[in-house]
Amino acid sequence: MGQEMLEIFLAFLKAFAVGGGICLIAQIIINFTDLTAGKILVYFMLAGVVLTAIGVYQPLVEFAGAGATVPISGFGYLLASGAMKGAEKGFFYAVTGSLSAASAGVTAAVVFAFIMALIFKSRTKRN
Amino acid sequence: MTGKVKGNVNENYLNYVKTQEPPTKHFKNCAAAFGVGGLICCIGQFIRFMLEYAGLSGDELAGATSVILIFLGCFLTGLGVYDRIGRYAGAGSIVPITGFANSVTSPAIEFKTEGWIYGMAAKMFTVAGAIIVFGVFSGVLVGLVYYFI
Repeated sequence: MGQEMLEIFLAFLKAFAVGGGICLIAQIIINFTDLTAGKILVYFMLAGVVLTAIGVYQPLVEFAGAGATVPISGFGYLLASGAMKGAEKGFFYAVTGSLSAASAGVTAAVVFAFIMALIFKSRTKRN
Repeated sequence: MTGKVKGNVNENYLNYVKTQEPPTKHFKNCAAAFGVGGLICCIGQFIRFMLEYAGLSGDELAGATSVILIFLGCFLTGLGVYDRIGRYAGAGSIVPITGFANSVTSPAIEFKTEGWIYGMAAKMFTVAGAIIVFGVFSGVLVGLVYYFI
């Protein structure tokens, strides 16, 4: 029992350190370059795709769990690993694999955003 | 006024602005981004453990985890809470998948007033569209490279 608790604690610690670390890198880039949020998201997603394609991101996911999959680079990981899995099945799946893997995230974002737009009104930003 | 003088005036003005703006608090910013980003990932890990306990595994587990996180991001954006976290946490709230949800929901709510089709639906993808375009394109490239190698 004690062993199991320690493993769960370690999993949270790793997720915190790696996930926080990825956000820290983004914050440092924002502080020194004035990149906007949208550009940061695109660059980090692309970094996730590239790191997955060269085989670096998969070990990180196995090590840090949600710490590597929750940041937007994890979305890139999902796209790239979907494409790589698809490539083993054939040409058609090599092309469609990436978006199929990301379909859950995109669908959820669209559906929930639509529902929220139905429920909530735009509020004046309180600064 | 000639172009050169005007350029100088602009330069002087920008230098003046630089002396007046508050210095970026690098350390505080970075600590907040690290803390909040790490915390959101821990929430993700917690959801993952709960779903694993409920019997999910593999792709289903990963998918369900991100769907729940995206729901939380959308809902907190609707309540106006997420933007407040964002002012404090910077990249710590932008980079996690909840930030992606925020970038979809926030324009959807804001541009509702411009109509449902050209407002809400079209503006929903101002940021997410870029992510999906570059994501799909690079994903297809990766797929093709792996197929032909």
